[in-house]
Amino acid sequence: IGNPVVGCGGSTLLGYIGIDTIIEQMRKKTMKTGFEFNIMVVGHSGLGKSTLVNTLFKSQVSRKSAGWARDEKIPKTVEIKSVSHVIEEGGVKMKLTVVDTPGFGDQINNDNCWEPISKYINEQFEKFLKEEVNITRKKRIPDTRVHCCIYFISPTGHTLRQLDMEFMKRLSHSVNIIPVIAKADTMTIEERQEFKQRVRKELEMSGIEFYPQKEFDDDMEDKSDNDKIRETMPFAVVGSDKEYQVNNKRVLGRKTAWGIVEVENPNHCEFAQLRDFLIRSHLQDLKEVTHNIHYETYRAKRLNDNGGLHPISTNGTHDSNL
Amino acid sequence: MIERPETAVPSITQRNLEGYVGFANLPNQVYRKSVKRGFEFTLMVVGESGLGKSTLINSLFLTDLYSKDYPGPSQRIKKTVQVEQSKVLIKEGGVQLTLTIVDTPGFGDAVDNSNCWQPVINYIDSKCEDFLNAESRVNRRSMPDNRVHCCLYFIAPSGHGLKPLDIEFMKRLHDKVNVIPLIAKADTLTPEECQLFKKQIMKEIQEHKIKIYEFPDTEDDEDNKLIRKIKEKMPLAVVGSNVVIEVNGKKVRGRQYPWGVAEVENGEHCDFTVLRNMLIRTHMQDLKDVTNNVHYENYRSKKLAAVTCNGVDTTKTKGQLTKSPLAQMEEERREHVMKMKKMEAEMEQVFEMKVKEKKQKLKDSEAELERRHEQMKRNLEAQYKDLEEKRRVFEDEKNNWEAQQRILEQQKLDASKTMEKNKKKGKIF
Repeated sequence: IGNPVVGCGGSTLLGYIGIDTIIEQMRKKTMKTGFEFNIMVVGHSGLGKSTLVNTLFKSQVSRKSAGWARDEKIPKTVEIKSVSHVIEEGGVKMKLTVVDTPGFGDQINNDNCWEPISKYINEQFEKFLKEEVNITRKKRIPDTRVHCCIYFISPTGHTLRQLDMEFMKRLSHSVNIIPVIAKADTMTIEERQEFKQRVRKELEMSGIEFYPQKEFDDDMEDKSDNDKIRETMPFAVVGSDKEYQVNNKRVLGRKTAWGIVEVENPNHCEFAQLRDFLIRSHLQDLKEVTHNIHYETYRAKRLNDNGGLHPISTNGTHDSNL
Repeated sequence: MIERPETAVPSITQRNLEGYVGFANLPNQVYRKSVKRGFEFTLMVVGESGLGKSTLINSLFLTDLYSKDYPGPSQRIKKTVQVEQSKVLIKEGGVQLTLTIVDTPGFGDAVDNSNCWQPVINYIDSKCEDFLNAESRVNRRSMPDNRVHCCLYFIAPSGHGLKPLDIEFMKRLHDKVNVIPLIAKADTLTPEECQLFKKQIMKEIQEHKIKIYEFPDTEDDEDNKLIRKIKEKMPLAVVGSNVVIEVNGKKVRGRQYPWGVAEVENGEHCDFTVLRNMLIRTHMQDLKDVTNNVHYENYRSKKLAAVTCNGVDTTKTKGQLTKSPLAQMEEERREHVMKMKKMEAEMEQVFEMKVKEKKQKLKDSEAELERRHEQMKRNLEAQYKDLEEKRRVFEDEKNNWEAQQRILEQQKLDASKTMEKNKKKGKIF
């Protein structure tokens, strides 16, 4: 402390003021108020979505653990089920909401199965917008907007399916989509690399921008970091909530007759990378992109359609601005 | 072969033989005849793309029916379900097998998969119809059996249960063809998950009253034990691979993961060997028999009942079962003549095309020669012009030189004239 600090006009300050303690103040504040994070998982049944979410947050947070049976019937239409938990780590509290979408892609005719999901996302935006536009606003608007949507790609080893493309095309502009390759222990390492390359090429050719989107990179540092991440996406993940003993260590994994797949071993799968990316480095960025870009897009469209900035009527009829 | 209905036989008495007659050799005769004739088997594989169907076929028959160059589903994205067949002739130990693999790319891949089973049903029905027609012909010498003998249905290893598409498909096809459900890419599941999954699938199959292929009980106790073991393992969880990897000094076919090698032929890893033994080594003939005696007969009785009931065949009028043999022969002759005509027309077409090609080629080479001729002419002209130019230059130089010479001479003359003048002048003085 005592480094010469350069002020806005380029002049050096003559002594230590203490502006940099604002970081500490922010930290204390956020620890008190806590975070909210809403994550949505999409993919047809049997891809290990609930297991992965449990593994990510190292606790039983998926809807499967909250009392639904394992072999429940596939619903006839896509349902949106959200489960909230408060988890704490190092004094930081997080209200985590996991939104599950059972029934997606499971029917014989899957036309428009993305509509309930799109409607849900827009409804959350609408709720937030209503609160914002109110004359007397709440001190802290509860944020139920979907910050991140993890899309599970089936590990066919060939290419994306039509349904995958349709969904991502339609939703990549309202929510941050993070594609992952589910059940990656189906493929050998070479098959995985080939599959990833093909998927990335297809996404590029269709103009689908998954998170982190290239257009939102702030500076060169961001760009180079994100470029590295974009090169390895989509992450090939394996989830598990069972522990086994490997080399005198307890690890999370899946035990098969020919070996144990370690979930957190970077040579086996990319779960650790996904977790670091999602939670340890880009969590705040996900929320910011959702707030500054996706929400603003929705808001602009909504207000333009309404023709002005007046509080939106609270009679519950939303037009879906698709 | 269709069994003729047995006429009631009055009591058959069993007699003991007093010597060796020799008809115990019959099975050998049948065996030799069939080996000479060769066998046919048609196998259909159905499932969404990416479930390892092609790899499994390659592993089962140890051939590269679907080689690496064969365009995979990524390049074969079709908007509707296609039914493709590929024939391959396999020989082993003197026995010849004509294997036809029927593939269904595009099944279950679209967003809206309603009626994606219809092309499959149409295919199976059309093959049965062909057989029915061939059976009813007057000239029956060659009756190729293209009916689908077995349909392997691939279930995605979700670990939960059957999908609505799986149930619909199997319900519609279980009385047209032998359906054998398989769990694809079984190396995704741990042994416990696999057990649960199998139980769940069998429960759902029974719930929806789906009749999958049942293994017949034999008189042999040993065989029965094996069959019971197989029945417990249904649906079979398979893994396919043709890549050979070395494990503990042994060469095995398998898939190499960072955490181990999943061996294809290891009974503890997957049920591939069970499937192969069942499909090829023990039950191939039974599958054909069930197809012939049960599924084909179902089709036939339904078809014939429809014809006789309404008097008018409501389905496609390809069956000519009510015509007299003479009319039938006439029809066949006409067909044959038409075929000949068509072949003739085709050959004419090919001939014409070849003639046109040759003409075109000749024209092209003529044009080429012309062009070269032109070019050479132009070259010559250019050279000629060049030479002309040089000659002109030369002429100019010559003229110049001559002019200069003349001037010099003139000067000389002048000079001599003036000298003479001077001389003359000098003389006067």
